[in-house]
Amino acid sequence: MAAASRNRARDKYSVLLPTYNERENLPLIVWLLVRSFQESGSNFEIIVIDDGSPDGTREVAEQLEKIYGSDKILLRPRAKKLGLGTAYIHGMQHATGNFIIIMDADLSHHPKFIPEFIRKQKEGNFDIVSGTRYKGNGGVYGWDLKRKIISRGANFVTQVLLRPGASDLTGSFRLYRKEVLQKLMEKCVSKGYVFQMEMIVRARQLGYTIGEVPISFVDRVYGESKLGGNEIVSFLKGLLTLFATT
Amino acid sequence: MTKLAQWLCGLALLGTAWATLALDPLGLHLPLPCRQVLWPFPVYLLVAFGCYSLATIGYRLSTFNDCEAAAKELQEQIREARADLSRRGLKF
Repeated sequence: MAAASRNRARDKYSVLLPTYNERENLPLIVWLLVRSFQESGSNFEIIVIDDGSPDGTREVAEQLEKIYGSDKILLRPRAKKLGLGTAYIHGMQHATGNFIIIMDADLSHHPKFIPEFIRKQKEGNFDIVSGTRYKGNGGVYGWDLKRKIISRGANFVTQVLLRPGASDLTGSFRLYRKEVLQKLMEKCVSKGYVFQMEMIVRARQLGYTIGEVPISFVDRVYGESKLGGNEIVSFLKGLLTLFATT
Repeated sequence: MTKLAQWLCGLALLGTAWATLALDPLGLHLPLPCRQVLWPFPVYLLVAFGCYSLATIGYRLSTFNDCEAAAKELQEQIREARADLSRRGLKF
């Protein structure tokens, strides 16, 4: 018991924020993150992985580093856009926390849910806690009917085919034990939406436990949200690949 | 076993059971009404699954929460954050 509480006191949460042209959103998400962590009293760091945004995201990040201190805001930029998967690997190499939180920097994921993720993780000693838009008080804002139909339909087909044991597979607001994320990153090869889905499917395969927290997903406030025919086709391809190989 | 293999196994099992009863290669001589029900059974199954799918998706669609309050709260917090960050010297 004493060891457990000592461990608890040492828990540190590293938030990975991959950015590309998020100069508007980055200060806001960082501000919200800092406030959320300060209120809950958890130990944290925010790792900003900027992929050479031409809009000056990096300059804004440097200002934030000055304001909040380089122990809280870590800048680990890369020269060009190299994709989400490698951004996580890159960020993780510099993470000093024993838990990693992955979220979008575009304000669609609200940091207010992080204390709930942490509580959930401790409650069941889970390896992964996944935010879900499809359960309880979870939901979305800013989606039209067509987008909702596609989302619900795709989710249903995925549930039937893969029976993954988690309700939101394409969401990317999650908390991982660091070593679990490292292990999963070695195994996962897909890109885009499928990447998030593969992480959960592989996690189940490897016997990791998954807890869920309902979240509200507020679609991009600044900038454009993307869901085109291409995304749907590559989603289906990825789904069938996972169906046939896992 | 992959999910695909699991599905194929399940389908093969169901298919064999259906073929055994409906096509009667063993000469069980089930009564005619029974066989009449058995013949279109795969179609029934398919239709039932389709109905279940549509009903489930429809229900989940109608209960999909619109997080108006969350969006409003976020807008307020954005204003708060901008004000606070400007005070601390951030140039947007």
